[in-house]
Amino acid sequence: MVDDSFDAIVVGAGPAGCACAYTLAKEGKSVLLLERGNSAGAKNVSGGRLYTYALEMLEPGMYKRAPLQRKIVREQIMMLGEKSATTIDYCDFGLGEEVPQSYSVVRASLDEWFASECEAQGAMVATAQLVDDLVVEDGKIVGIKCGEDEMRANVVVAADGVNSLLGQKAGLFPDAKVKAVGVGVKETIELPDDVISQRFAVKEDEGTARVAIGCTEGISGGAFLYTNKGSISLGIVFNPEQAAKNGRHIQEIFQDFKTHPAILALIDGGTSVEFGGHLVPEMGYHGVPKKLYREGMLVVGDAAQFGINTGLIIRGMDLAIVSGLAAAKAILNAKTGAEVGPVYMQQLEQLGLLNNMKAYSEFHNIFEITRIFKEYPALANQMLHFMFTVDGKVPPPMLKEIIRIVRSNVTLGQMASDGWKAYRSI
Amino acid sequence: MSIKRLSPEEALALNRFDVDDGNPHIIVDKAICAQCTARPCLYVCPARLYRLKDGQMTFEFAGCLECGTCRVTCTDGGVTSWNYPRASFGVTFRCS
Repeated sequence: MVDDSFDAIVVGAGPAGCACAYTLAKEGKSVLLLERGNSAGAKNVSGGRLYTYALEMLEPGMYKRAPLQRKIVREQIMMLGEKSATTIDYCDFGLGEEVPQSYSVVRASLDEWFASECEAQGAMVATAQLVDDLVVEDGKIVGIKCGEDEMRANVVVAADGVNSLLGQKAGLFPDAKVKAVGVGVKETIELPDDVISQRFAVKEDEGTARVAIGCTEGISGGAFLYTNKGSISLGIVFNPEQAAKNGRHIQEIFQDFKTHPAILALIDGGTSVEFGGHLVPEMGYHGVPKKLYREGMLVVGDAAQFGINTGLIIRGMDLAIVSGLAAAKAILNAKTGAEVGPVYMQQLEQLGLLNNMKAYSEFHNIFEITRIFKEYPALANQMLHFMFTVDGKVPPPMLKEIIRIVRSNVTLGQMASDGWKAYRSI
Repeated sequence: MSIKRLSPEEALALNRFDVDDGNPHIIVDKAICAQCTARPCLYVCPARLYRLKDGQMTFEFAGCLECGTCRVTCTDGGVTSWNYPRASFGVTFRCS
């Protein structure tokens, strides 16, 4: 053992890496947390919601110190038509009581805070450090290379995000497949805090999360909107394979969505301050690589493709934190270096992460029902248009017109097969 | 200022970039791209850095958001090398 060797080197100061480094440092382990951005969070883009239970699991009450934005008490589902929109608004103020279920977050501040918490526990945090390669000896990973520098550790934790070049370099898995990811684009729009509260009918510490369909030109995907303090996160995630064949650029489709009258009304008067793009793991349980470790290395968070998307619930950061905690527990509990990996897998089970993902394991199949993204939202809007129309003319018989609207969008056979597919997926 | 449609250039201009001049972190082999018919990169790169000019594929690394979409979607192998920019270079998100 070399003197300047660490118990663990964690690569990537996102939620997964920070959760791991925090736990290890708190238990007195020597930890080096490396981040390629000039500060933690500087390279990260996410929709913007964190489910609080994960921070609670890490340390009860920790969330109170975190720079969280607004506790989410309104969950909305929006279906867009050409000039119309149908929105289901579920407000549940119970979601905001005691330990609120979830918060909108801004990664630049969240990750920077999280890394500073690691530092306070004694971890060494180094930003603007790009890990170029792994150091392998006798088939074991024993450290990392940053340019000319070589640093050693008993365990390297790859928390290097969805692209995980390190996991690939370790030979654990091949590069992500196009079918397994979504591509997200996002604008952050600043708006006065009181304007946000008024427009979304929430108090100053409460917030709204919205998902929207019918805004992707039929491409499998959907939009998201999160209210932050003084800003709104607005974006769309697309299936890249379908988007590539669509013929219009995704940034352009996003601009259509942003300027749709029903969305513009929410953000008007605001200022676009940032534009981000990022990949999202989309395959859920089936997308997780079979091997998440080898001797001397563990893979956590997005790098392990941990993600759940049910269409209504989009989870990544919570799973990242839980996996980081699982990795830390494995490093703390394993008796030998060879045991760390298997104990990590046990911890992922014990902390409920894998079972959580299994519970939704077939949900990604829903997104193969392409009519969800165009025909059904159109149908909903046309139906309501008909029901709310008063123009002095004699309306057609209601049932006949309803059947006509349905048939103009989908056939009964399509509805039956889509229903069956949805049933099979959930 | 109020909300308006942003072109890709206008959207990227909102961000902070420290460009590593002369050191592209992504290498594109335009000869391969010339043979490619699918060209997914033209539509899925969030920053729209892949463009056709006079029928030729062009790629500009300076506004890269470092998402990896081009690498993952590339069908014919024109993206021959994909890395993150060297430390302290590339995009810096401040409010995302």
